[in-house]
Amino acid sequence: MEITSKSARQWARLGPRGVYGQAILAIADKHDDLMVMSADLASSSGLERFRTTYPDKFLNAGIAEQNMIGVAAGLAKEGYNVFASSFSPFIAMRASEQIRMNLGYMELNVKAVAIGGGISMGFLGNSHFGIEDMAVMRAIPNLTVVSPADCVEVVKLVESAASFKGPMYIRLTGTANCPIVYTDDYQFEIGKSILLREGGDVTLIACGSMVYQSLQAAELLAEQGISASVINMHTIKPLDEARLQEIIAKGRPIITVEEHSKIGGLGSAIAEYLSPLGSGIRHLSVALPDAYIKTGDYDYMLGEQGLDAKSIAQKAVTFLTK
Amino acid sequence: MSYPELTEFARTMRQKILDISYHSGTSTHIGGALSMTDVMAVLYGKVLNFDAQDPRWPERDRFILSKGHGVLGFYPALLGAGIISQEVFDTFQQNGSDLIAHPVMNLDLGIESSNGSLGHGISMAVGIAFAAKKQAKPFHTYTLVGDGETNEGSVWEAAMLASHLKLDNLTAIIDYNKQQNDGFGKDVLRIDNMAERFRAFGWHVIEVDGHDIDAIVEAFEEAPLNKPKAIVANTIKGKGVSFMEGDNAWHHNRLTKTNYEAAVAALNNSNNERSDNGNNV
Repeated sequence: MEITSKSARQWARLGPRGVYGQAILAIADKHDDLMVMSADLASSSGLERFRTTYPDKFLNAGIAEQNMIGVAAGLAKEGYNVFASSFSPFIAMRASEQIRMNLGYMELNVKAVAIGGGISMGFLGNSHFGIEDMAVMRAIPNLTVVSPADCVEVVKLVESAASFKGPMYIRLTGTANCPIVYTDDYQFEIGKSILLREGGDVTLIACGSMVYQSLQAAELLAEQGISASVINMHTIKPLDEARLQEIIAKGRPIITVEEHSKIGGLGSAIAEYLSPLGSGIRHLSVALPDAYIKTGDYDYMLGEQGLDAKSIAQKAVTFLTK
Repeated sequence: MSYPELTEFARTMRQKILDISYHSGTSTHIGGALSMTDVMAVLYGKVLNFDAQDPRWPERDRFILSKGHGVLGFYPALLGAGIISQEVFDTFQQNGSDLIAHPVMNLDLGIESSNGSLGHGISMAVGIAFAAKKQAKPFHTYTLVGDGETNEGSVWEAAMLASHLKLDNLTAIIDYNKQQNDGFGKDVLRIDNMAERFRAFGWHVIEVDGHDIDAIVEAFEEAPLNKPKAIVANTIKGKGVSFMEGDNAWHHNRLTKTNYEAAVAALNNSNNERSDNGNNV
């Protein structure tokens, strides 16, 4: 798909779910072995056009996520390149043991795609939130875990994932009218983080929806004379260790930012990497609390939970002046 | 294989089950292995299309051991079919072995999938059968499901999708021995009317005596139209070893030397009785 500032704006309006459907539609002709599955959420996952355009490449498993992953694994075993999606908790947690056995243990080539990761499902509430998913998925051996920063990156990731041999958990965050990080085409590689802004005082490492908020936070910090680097750590597993080595060599404090519980996500991954090095580098994890939160609209909750740019900047200032 | 050959294959398998169970020195799933033995002998002795010299042959029939704890009834079948060697077979439960208490996917050894957690294999079998339909591949997919395993809801998710997709290239065999880890199914979670249950889910169902070689062969030969097939095999846990038959203590247990020798003697007695029956017919 051609990436221009116009398409970036169109996709942002549509949001990551709709763009996932468009991206998968766009690659279908290039991948004869593609199979797309849903658990009765095709229309909520932007896959409506896909299933009418490519009925032979689409299989609805019904509201049966565990079986969907098992069937996806059987298809993958016979050579299909399978993308299977559902809302985050229903795929990452309800079917987590199927992901463990089939994608982890047997390393079958299935991309498990979580729609509505984090708290983007708004008033649908905690039953539909994906706040523990990265913790569960990250703990499964052999699984690559990726969360794109915006809708352009959803397109880049779907294109890359379709040519990537191996199991993957794709975590989509954000809603329609999604903030834009990328307006032009750029080099995207699974496992390689992207330096979006260079600064000398602190490094913000973010994934998914929090990349944009971190960039905005860096702007606010600059106004206060604090210069922040911002890294888009779209691949949470395996971590981009080369990048981390560079960051550590500079010795600056690190702030991780994610729309996920503070347990088990990006902040934990970075802490696990930092801890045995004994580098003395300070690390602040900005994340959701270990709690089922009061529900409201998405922006309200981001503010309440301290995951909007203003809150991130405030937390950074407090952390850096300690 | 002919009827006498299949009977002999099953007898050898039962002997091997006792042998490796005893030699492992650990508790193993003996009862459920002995209940599935005759079905496995028919599968590997007659039904499955495979090339023992080329276990990865793309057109081979696929067999998924959904009741993954049934390896003692699986590895002897692979040995008897010539897919694995005696040398490999003898590594059962040695440190670092490919053959452990639940199957680990290894196409070179004829093991299609990793199992052990129940209610997974039948889903994979549905996916494989659907792939074969889409690719117009001639092979058939078989999966052996434990009756206790059908406690798992995912089994029924798979059953629904298989009939929805009209997978007449898929056969599930239910090892209906009516016992599970904690005792009789009727006491743990009622699963009677197994055949009716699968029929209600849109499957073509054949109920057989799971120890009657001829009946099992016939059940496999029956071709359903536009439906997946379920063979509900009425079996006896511990079949062939009189003191194990129906005694759930042998669901997962260790054979002492005394027990092993008694089991081998019981198995030989049971075989003699069977051949007498054969002569009478």
